Amino acid sequence: MIRLFVPGDSAAVAVGADKVARALAGEAARRGLPAEIVRTGSRGLAWLEPLVEVETPGGRIAYGPVAPGDVAALFDADLARGGAHALRIGPPEAHPWLAAQTRITFARCGVVDPASLSDYRAHGGFEGLARARGLGPAKTIEAVTASGLRGRGGAGFPAGVKWKTVADAPGDSKYIVCNADEGDSGTFADRMILEGDPFVLIEGMAIAGLAVGARKGFVYSRSEYPHANRAFQRALDLVHADGELGAFDIELRVGAGAYVCGEETSLLESLEGKRGQVRAKPPLPAHRGLFGRPTVVNNVLTLATAPWILTHGGEAYAALGTGRSRGTQPIQLAGNVKHPGLYEAPFGLTLGRIVMAIGGGTASGRPVRAVQCGGPLGAYFPVALFDTVYDYEAFAARDGLIGHGGVVVFDDTVDMAVQARFAFEFCALESCGKCTPCRIGSVRGVETIQKVIDGVDVTANLELVEDLCHTLKFGSLCALGGFTPYPVMSAITHFPEDFRAPDTRLGDIRPPQGGEQGLE
Amino acid sequence: METFEPWSPARAEQIIAPHLSREGALLPILSALQETFGCVPREAVALVAHALNVSRAEVHGVVTFYHDFREAPHGRRVVKLCRAESCQAMGAETAARFLLAALGLPTDAPWGGTTPDGAVTVEAVYCLGLCAVSPAALVDGEPLGRLDGMALAEAVGA
Ligand SMILES: Cc1cc2nc3c(=O)[nH]c(=O)nc-3n(C[C@H](O)[C@H](O)[C@H](O)COP(=O)(O)O)c2cc1C
Ligand code: SF4
Ligand code: FES
Repeated sequence: MIRLFVPGDSAAVAVGADKVARALAGEAARRGLPAEIVRTGSRGLAWLEPLVEVETPGGRIAYGPVAPGDVAALFDADLARGGAHALRIGPPEAHPWLAAQTRITFARCGVVDPASLSDYRAHGGFEGLARARGLGPAKTIEAVTASGLRGRGGAGFPAGVKWKTVADAPGDSKYIVCNADEGDSGTFADRMILEGDPFVLIEGMAIAGLAVGARKGFVYSRSEYPHANRAFQRALDLVHADGELGAFDIELRVGAGAYVCGEETSLLESLEGKRGQVRAKPPLPAHRGLFGRPTVVNNVLTLATAPWILTHGGEAYAALGTGRSRGTQPIQLAGNVKHPGLYEAPFGLTLGRIVMAIGGGTASGRPVRAVQCGGPLGAYFPVALFDTVYDYEAFAARDGLIGHGGVVVFDDTVDMAVQARFAFEFCALESCGKCTPCRIGSVRGVETIQKVIDGVDVTANLELVEDLCHTLKFGSLCALGGFTPYPVMSAITHFPEDFRAPDTRLGDIRPPQGGEQGLE
Repeated sequence: METFEPWSPARAEQIIAPHLSREGALLPILSALQETFGCVPREAVALVAHALNVSRAEVHGVVTFYHDFREAPHGRRVVKLCRAESCQAMGAETAARFLLAALGLPTDAPWGGTTPDGAVTVEAVYCLGLCAVSPAALVDGEPLGRLDGMALAEAVGA
């Protein structure tokens, strides 16, 4: 029996993993070799997808990127024993990109069968929950507080403090809400967990439920993730049938295409079946959240890290990282980068190291020009700021944000005025409509940047953009309006040459493909 | 390729019923209706409002708030093409223009749409979580990555 592992992760499927899995099964059958094909999550080395692994007595051996047409040759090369082939990578754990990581939240992703509870248990699954049951609510919260774990959804609020607030809040019923709305462009870590290690999220939610006294959890995912939603629902069904969670119940809900529903109060409105409009705070969701009850709202990664913390202790997690950013961050490398994928490492790398050493520079081979960190509301960093340390405070000090951990690389064909205009376009498109600066100001922003691009009253219009950004920053209820100034102003500040009258704009002397990078 | 049932109030009632006991049932109901009928037709609004004992205005407000809900079904094939930053950085816009031109759909606002023969709908989406294999799209719900214009056109037979 030959055991093969092919990712069922949607990014791997997007580049042919299903076809490869079918080809492997077909070829094995043709050769009369009994074969089992396990559909794992992704290891996160996206440029090597589809990555095929085979179980050998010496451990797994990886090959990639495998196309269906390579399969016969792989069998000829004695794939079953990990034989030599041009696509052979060797033991995946020994691949430098993986070996240099500190996999905590993603320890099992790409390794285990996400549709097998026994595989999950064999890899330490539910140990954290068992530990939490032994410790009781107060000590469980203490462990999370001691870990220094901060919310991975963007705002970086200490998870332990949030849990304690909900635990202390009076209420006949309480809720755990997992924010799986992952709308930030350039991010996919939540999706990878939903598809590759869904039980760890379920376990994390059960731990949170135990800690604060909640019996019901909701996972709010997005309709753009059909694959992940199927994978997660399958995992939920398995857990519910298994009975591991006892009285704690989890339900998957899927949004309907609204970026703003990632904002926690908008998400709660949406869960209640309403328009996803942002609520004014206070009251905090921790006091009055879903259906007016005390509610923990945490990102997928925050909750999925809790089991490790309970198993290994808060101190072990806190021992990693830098400054007030403790533990690891699953960094998501994307855009025009040679080695895109998921890289989990303790906080403290420099941005330059992430983009150049880990990411390998651009995929196009052209020079890196800009890096957008933290999703569509995050700042564009120029190469000159590559010494910025990857931690919440260091990024904030440079008018940027880590957000959910997205790092999107652009080469020198990017037109930063087009990117700034897109930031306003996105804000206009996704505004919940509650605040005038966000709803109207964003549309003005698009028009005004367009004037700059057209070379109309450039200086005056740039001043107008700055005023608009100021109004947005201080006149918005949430970060959709409030942070749109980050991408806009960082583009203007760090790439002023793209905001000049047309005849002096760098964009016009660059090769013709330059103008096609952004949106019209 | 998805096929949808023609609108039927009786069928709609059937779809709505099992959700009525759920907390915050409106969104799951609307999604389920759209899954069956390919859209949330105007007639459905009154039906849902009645079933949940809320006003029609409230249901209408929810339907219009979310980008997903549509009043008429989309084409027989649906391309949800990512236009967000990671895909921009990898040439998504060039790929999109190629596809739209091949289908004879507008490349300026309003971007995309459905071909007159109802064969293909092209919609903009903002991130599919497939950024590590940008540019990316969902074609009839199936993820596709490392796309260019040719691959996209091929995927929908344009
Ligand atoms: C416009 C907007 C979109 C957001 N989108 C998300 C999201 O997709 N996922 C997420 O976890 N948090 C998102 N957040 C942050 C949430 O409001 C909230 O801080 C988070 O879910 C709390 O969980 P955490 O403490 O574990 O990060 C968003 C915030 C804003 C303002
Ligand atoms: S800033 Fe924009 S998205 Fe946020 S509450 Fe105001 S209008 Fe809504
Ligand atoms: S930005 Fe296109 S898939 Fe994420």
